Order: sequence, then C-alpha cells, then structure tokens
Amino acid sequence: MSIDRDTVLRIARLSRIAMEEDALAPMADELNGILAWVEQLDEVDTEGVEPMTGAIAAALPQREDSAEDGASTDDLLANAPDADDGFFVVPRVVE
Amino acid sequence: MSALTALTIADARAGLAARTFSARELVDAHIAAVEAGRGLNAFVAETFDHARAGADAADARLAAGEGRLLEGIPLAVKDLFCTKGVRSQACSKILEGFAPPYESTVTANLWSAGALMLGKTNMDEFAMGSANVTSADGPVVNPWRRRGEDKPLVPGGSSGGSAAAVAARLCLGATGTDTGGSIRQPAAFCGIVGMKPTYGRCSRWGMIAFASSLDQAGPLTRTVEDAALMLQAMAGHDPRDSTSIDRPVPDYAASLTGSVRDLTIGVPAEYRMEGMPAEIEALWADGVRWFREAGATVVDISLPLTRYALPTYYIVAPAEASSNLARYDGVRYGLRVEGDDPAEMYARTRAAGFGREVRRRILIGTYVLSAGYYDAYYLKAQKVRTLIARDFEAAFESVDAVLTPTAPFAAFAIGEKMDDPIAMYLNDVFTVPASLAGLPAISVPAGLTADGLPLGLHLIARPFDEPTLFRAAGVLESAAAFGHRPPAPGEAEAA
Amino acid sequence: MSAPGYRIQGREGEWEIAVGLEVHAQVISEAKLFSSAPTAFGAEPNSQVSLVDAAMPGMLPVINRHCVAQAVRTGLALEAEINLTSVFDRKNYFYPDLPPGYQISQYSRPIVGRGRVVLDLEDGAQRTVGITRLHLEMDAGKSIHDRRADATCVDLNRAGVALMEIVSEPDIRSPEEAGLYLRKLRSILRYIGTCDGNMEQGSLRADVNVSVRRPGGALGTRCEVKNLNSVRFVMKAIEVEAARQVELLEDGGAVELETRLFDPDRGVTRSMRSKEEAHDYRYFPDPDLLPLTLDPAWVDAERARLPELPDVRKARFMADHGLSAYDAGVLVAARGIADLFDEVADERDAKRVANFIMGPLFGALNRAGIDNEDCPVPADALAALIDRMADGTVSNQGASTVIQTVVSTGRDVDAIIEEKGLRQVSDAGAIEALVEQVIADNPDKVADYRDGKTKLAGWFVGQVMKASGGKANPRAVNEALRARLDG
Repeated sequence: MSIDRDTVLRIARLSRIAMEEDALAPMADELNGILAWVEQLDEVDTEGVEPMTGAIAAALPQREDSAEDGASTDDLLANAPDADDGFFVVPRVVE
Repeated sequence: MSALTALTIADARAGLAARTFSARELVDAHIAAVEAGRGLNAFVAETFDHARAGADAADARLAAGEGRLLEGIPLAVKDLFCTKGVRSQACSKILEGFAPPYESTVTANLWSAGALMLGKTNMDEFAMGSANVTSADGPVVNPWRRRGEDKPLVPGGSSGGSAAAVAARLCLGATGTDTGGSIRQPAAFCGIVGMKPTYGRCSRWGMIAFASSLDQAGPLTRTVEDAALMLQAMAGHDPRDSTSIDRPVPDYAASLTGSVRDLTIGVPAEYRMEGMPAEIEALWADGVRWFREAGATVVDISLPLTRYALPTYYIVAPAEASSNLARYDGVRYGLRVEGDDPAEMYARTRAAGFGREVRRRILIGTYVLSAGYYDAYYLKAQKVRTLIARDFEAAFESVDAVLTPTAPFAAFAIGEKMDDPIAMYLNDVFTVPASLAGLPAISVPAGLTADGLPLGLHLIARPFDEPTLFRAAGVLESAAAFGHRPPAPGEAEAA
Repeated sequence: MSAPGYRIQGREGEWEIAVGLEVHAQVISEAKLFSSAPTAFGAEPNSQVSLVDAAMPGMLPVINRHCVAQAVRTGLALEAEINLTSVFDRKNYFYPDLPPGYQISQYSRPIVGRGRVVLDLEDGAQRTVGITRLHLEMDAGKSIHDRRADATCVDLNRAGVALMEIVSEPDIRSPEEAGLYLRKLRSILRYIGTCDGNMEQGSLRADVNVSVRRPGGALGTRCEVKNLNSVRFVMKAIEVEAARQVELLEDGGAVELETRLFDPDRGVTRSMRSKEEAHDYRYFPDPDLLPLTLDPAWVDAERARLPELPDVRKARFMADHGLSAYDAGVLVAARGIADLFDEVADERDAKRVANFIMGPLFGALNRAGIDNEDCPVPADALAALIDRMADGTVSNQGASTVIQTVVSTGRDVDAIIEEKGLRQVSDAGAIEALVEQVIADNPDKVADYRDGKTKLAGWFVGQVMKASGGKANPRAVNEALRARLDG
C-alpha cells in the first residue's frame, strides 16, 4: 500500500491540518518510508489472535450516578481564545 | 555548588529529619543550581516562589516531627503533567499559554507527600521523540560530553529535560512519562535511573495524553532507592482513571534487600541486534556476570516477536495520538489561528500549533485508522501486540526479570538522526516491548562508552512486581558501581 | 400477519416502502455518561460542564453505572440479547460542539443486540419490528448559530449526556407503522423509566432510513432523513421522501445513499450540503476505557426487576377485565393511566372505568393540555367518582364536570359534587312529588300518552328533570313516571 499526494491531502483534511501544496509530496515519501517499515508485521501469523484492547486485564470500573457541580463557567472559559457571555465562540458554521 | 544538590533523596530525607539542614536551605541550593543550569534548557518554567513557600511549610512540619515521605524534597515535573495555575503545555505551541485549573493526580500525590516543585521540565512535543529535539521550547542539552569534545549532545527523550535536570543535580528527582521508552532511554543517556511502572500503577488523570494504552508516569532519580521512594508517593489507585488499578502500593524501598539469590534473570537472545556497538554487548555481558556473582540464576530466553515491537508501536501509538490530539482545535484553550469557518480555523491552528514530528504522527495515525486500512494496520498491530504480551507471559513462567540493554547506542549530538524518522525511532527498540505489554521496567546506569558517555542496563518484570524489579535493579546498581557524574553546570564553568 | 396495504401509486404501478428507524433516546440519569456533571435541561450556558466534558488536556472518562443499567433494562424490555461484553469505541470527527474531537460510542460490539417491538395495528392485527441493536454513546454540545451574526456560540451543557441509540430493522412498511413504532418504543421507555420520551426537549429524536421497492422486490437504496423531533414529522418525512424516491426512479434516475434533512415548513426533504469529503470516522476501541463486562446474575436480577410491560399488561386487561384489544391497547399506552385503571377497575365495573378514562378523563386532560403520561388524578379520587356514578350520586354528565375540576384543581371529588350542586336527587318521595306536579300541570299530554302516544314518555322525563333543576336521578324519574302513567 502506497500513499500518494492525494492520499496525504485526504488524511491531512481528515486530521484538520493545513498543508502547503509543495509539502504534500515530501510528506508522502516520509509516510511511505514509515509504512514500508511497519509492513514487516505482515510476516507475523495472527490467525485467530484477539487484538489487545487494553494493556491490563481488568474489568471496567463504574462510577455511581451522583451529579456534582461541573467546573465553574469561569474556569472552563479561562483559557478560551474567544468567549462571549458564557459561550465559547468559533467562526460561523456554514451549514 | 552546594553539596546539598549532590544528595540522594534518601540522604536528603535523613538530613532533613535530623535537622542537619533545612528544607529552605535544600530548596535554595537547588534554585541556585537551576539558575546556574539554565544553559541546559532543562526547565521551561520555574516555580521558585512555590518551592520556597512550600519549603517553609515543610520546615514547620519537620520541626514538629510530622515530616511526610518526601517532605521538603525539591523535584521537577515534566511539562506533560497538568499543574494547577502553572503552564502545562506538553512543550507544544498549540497549548501556548495553557495553565490548567486542576492538578494531575500524580503531582498531587507528590505534593501531599510533602515534595516541592522547582519547575516544569522540557520534553519532546507531546512526548513524541527520543532526543528532546521536537520541543517547541527548543532542545535540551545533555550535561554529559564526549571525552575531549564540547559538542552538545541530546539527553534522550521524551523526558529529556527531567533526565538532564536530575543528572546535572538541578533537582533531586523528576517525574517523567514513558510511552515507548521516554523515561528509560533518557535516563540511560544521562547516566541516571529511570523507572516505568506497570501500566495502571500511576494514574493518568491530568497527564496530557499521547497514547493512552501505553502512557505511564514514573520517576527519574539518581539511585534505585530514590526511584522506589518517588514511585511510592506517585503510585496508587485513582477512581478518575478507568485504567488505574485498585491494589495496594507495597513498600518499594523495603524491597531493596540487596539479595537476588532466589531470582532467575532471563537474557533474551532477540535483543542482540545487528550493528549494536560492541561496548553495549560487553556491558550487557557484565550485567549477566554481576547477577551470577550476586547469586542469581541467569538463563537464556527467547522473546521471538521482539523485532516486531517497534513497528507495532509505530502503528498503535500514532493511531491513539491522532485521536487524543484532536481536542487541540483552538476552541477551548491554547493557540488559535483564525479562519473563515471552523474547519479552516482548525486546519490553520493545528498546522501552526503542532511541530513536524507531531504532524507526521497524526497523519500516520489517521491513515492507519482510516476506512480500508484499519484491519491491515491497526488491527494487525493490536494482534501482534497480544502475541508480544504472550511472549513475556511465557518468559515469566521461568524467569523473574529480563535483562537487556536500555538503548542500542549512547547519547548523540543534537542534529544527528534528524533526517530519518526510523533511525530516530530505533532509540526505543529495547524499551518498546515492555511498554506494549504494560510491564514495569527500569534503566540503571551501568557503564561508560569508550568516549565517556553513560550506558544503561534495562530490567523488565512481571505486572505489578515492582518490588522484584527494584530489588534486582538495586543489586545491579551496586555491582555496576557506576559513580560517574557529569559536571554540574556551575562546576563546568568554573573548570 | 397480513401484508400491510401501504402502497405508493406510481405512474408505472405500485411501490412499497421499507423503513428503519434510528432513535436517540436520552437516558434518565443524574450525571452524564462519562463525567459527574449534572444533566438537567435548560441551565445557564456552560454551567453543567465538567473538565472531562470540555475535553481539557489529561481528562479521562469513567462510565456511569446507572447509565449502563438503564441500557440493559431497555434491552431487556425490548426482549433483546444483552451482550455480557461490549466495547466503547471512538468515532472521530471534528465539530465545535464535540470537544474531544471524537464521540465515545459503541460500534462493533454494542451492549444490546437483537430484540423486537410488537406493533398493534388499528385493525387489531400485530406486526413485529426487529431491533438490530442498542448502544450507549455520549451526546454532543449545542452550536447556536442565531445568537451572533458573525460567529457560532457553543454551549457544552449537553456534551456527554448519555444517549441510547436504538436501531430497528427495515421492517416498517408505512408512515403509520413508523408512528406506531415510535409511540410504542416511547411507551416502553417510559414504563421502565429509562427515557422521558420528551421529543420537544430533544430527549427522543429519530433518524429514518427510507427506501422504496416494487412489492416483494429486493430492498432499494436508502436515504437517511436525520433529526426528526416529532412523531408527526417522522410520518410526514417518510411519506414525502418515499414519494420523492418513486418519482426519481420512475423518471429513470437512481436513489443515492445520502443524508437528507426534512423541511417541515415546505414538506420536503433536501440533501444536506455535500461535505468536502465523505465521512471517515476512524472507529477504534477507546484506549481510556476497558471492555465493559456484565455479570449474568446481575442481568437476571435486572430482568426480574422490570415492571409489567405494555404488551403483557394489555393481554391481562383483556383476559381479566374483558376489554377489547383496542381499549386495552389505549389504556396501557401510558403507564400512569394503566396503573390508574389497575387500581380503580379492581372490584368495580371495569368497562365503566375504562370508558370513563378513555372518554371524560382523556377529554379533561386534553383540555388542560396535560399529557396522559402525566395524569395528576389519584386513584382514590377516580375510584370515588366511579362509585358516585354507580350509586347514582352523580350523573355521567355531572361526573365529566367533576373530573375536569379534579384535573385542574386536584380537589376532593365529594367537595366538588357538593359545591357545584351536582348531587342527583334519588329520594323517592321528592321525585314522586315532582312527577305528580308535572302530571297535574299537563292533563292534555297525559291523555295523549294514555291514548297511545307513548313517545311522550321522554317529554315527561325532560319536564321532571327540568323541574328538579337537572338534579333528579333520571333512572328514578323514569321509574316513577312509568308507575304513575302506566299504572
């Protein structure tokens, strides 16, 4: 499997990372280098092997259903690049 | 330089308890060291006022005989940990100006054991790197130099600032985080002890995530005993982390009995890598000899899938990272670069905020999870991961710990290995398997290269068997009698 | 099961429709699915948001035990398989009201598997709609576009609230069945208390998958119409979307798999602006969570704790009280009403009770704008009123007046009867006196009656009732009149 320029563009869009046109091909080369290297995993027979879903074998802990106050709105918005009257503000979403 | 900065945590505890010196004196000595060591770029934030105020409170407690486990001990904290009101930016531009309104569990545990924070340490951006060269705050300089050279070397990474700070005696110990070797490899590069506990032993709450199924906090210290003391305070169950394990924390320092007569140490053939420097081979052989001389049984074992660990890691970790780092979107905190709509704002923010290596890993991670490739890459890697864990399980049926080198080479110059990501990734070839299997592991400084750089030996133990790991590491430490120290920054200037 | 009759008449013959619903039901819980922030509706913006919901760096999810139990209860009520191991996955996409950049959901291994919902059709027949799955996931926040002209405002109060997504098989064959399905599902959720079913507040929202085909043919390509927030819109959206597809196909076009929005003002569906690129959600197991495992003994205990569900209750009402399928179905739809019937009908004339509930009580609730589900009438009040009707204290008409007052004021039945002067006169002496008076005043009519114009009986009753000011017990009046006129 090989990544071309368009694939880089597609995954960069999926990742929401803007890329300059002239950076696409070099990135494709880098990613292909890494992928070619990781593809040695194809040598491993994993027939019937369960994928690991967690580094530890334990049951999922569950929390009681008691509501506590959320963070204060001030704390929540303290680091926000743009906030207005208790809301986070983002550029207008065009539907 | 004050002799106070050359103490171990254990010695400092004794001195404080005996009132030989005060916590304030200890802290002031370290503040002076941090100031003198600014050229290393190990710290990205200094919290001296905090440390001084805490030292005075510690002195009051110590005077009242109420000193806690780490009362008055000055430490440094990797910038990956959220510390309340203090910058916590994972050394990324995208978290520019971020000061959280909360404190990570691990650091909170340290403070409630009486430890004091000198500042936040430099690291690879989002812990992605093995040389501390991807930091938005610039590279860290290893306090060690090749004999007769003055070329600045990398401290390893990603916990490079913590490792350099501890090695240069700017603090008595530091927190690190280890995803694929980010505590152990820099510890080896800087000639100190670096320990990664079992996955689930330390809470991840408040630790900025890189790869959730691999990230673990751990200590960087100058001795094995100090690592045991620090972990004692850091570890414990946290109901706010679903992967935190609810089991008691044993007395780790008490496990350092000095005896390994009842232990069997395994030496995995597969770690004998092609092209590995002969001096690392030789050091490894020394390690085997030291364990034999101490009365342990040493046996050859096989971990057949070792060579697949690194490629497995470089699928799993970027995949998780690509999702974990999606929250950095310029909406609620950190950097924002404006755009006409949210999608454009995101893309510009993330392009400007993430460095090259982080962007590369996000792209790879996005690709291996994307439709049509998930099975071939991510699912395949998680299956191989299961097999790697089984390899260890099988080995631990007959051995109590596994001995390997920590890294395939010593510290290299800043700027080297930058062009080839895979060459850089090879730094972690010996540390990644234990990360994938969630096992506790430790790097102990054990020797020097011909040109005078430190090398580490690496021990891996069963899940939650930190006591055995510390015990074996303590014996290794005594036998290696490493004793070498880089010049402290002040001394270097004076010399 | 008879073939349902819904057909679309195209130019070139008939089409039938196949519809499946994806219902998002907000779980009733105090706290959110993965954080301890409260879930109450309508709070100040960003006042019910934990650091976890805002996806602050280093924050981690911990699942709410109660939400897990609610999903399992719902699964059990849908007669579904409960999966003892399920997995939470991340669904990755960027949106300003989705702070982590992913939704924690369940993709390949949901908590609940196949189940079913039985629909009661109007003709008394039943149809079974298969449930494909039910999974737990977290809700997103709210993007507000009309607050500022230049920007979108984001409120995260809903972010992280627990939702159950309940997916049906494409077994639904008409808009009416879709309405029945949604109502039945809502009734079940309310019975077991896992969702309040409030569509106006968005506690229950539906996406419908619609396709058309020639009768008996293979399933066609479907379109998804998203985010419908009333039963009426669901039905209308299906109707217009199916008609659109038929027209398209008959014009030689092809239906494209796509997501559409329903415009209720214009009564059409329209394609959502095609995104820059197709979605690729990159699902993978959330590494912050472990697989969720359930203890089979606990599941059995939850099963045992379930209340009697609408279908079982309906069958019991029919068997024990001789109600028709239709009446029983109406009574069990809202649990509060069914409970009321159960308490009052016992040891009373069940049909009288049923008729009173479905007639005057539903009328009174409707007039007061109260949902049947929220009926405020206590069982002892209804029982008292039924008893006053049975013993002739109030007339049927009077009882209707009384129940309206009970619904609107909650006051005591007897007090209302007295205050409004609704007590009937049943005293024989008083009625006979009135009868005598009417006969004495109308000798001509009495003569006509006795000459065979027996239809005048009604007229006499009316006169006596009038003389009594409407308070005389009509049956007693009737008897007294007949005795006097015929005797």
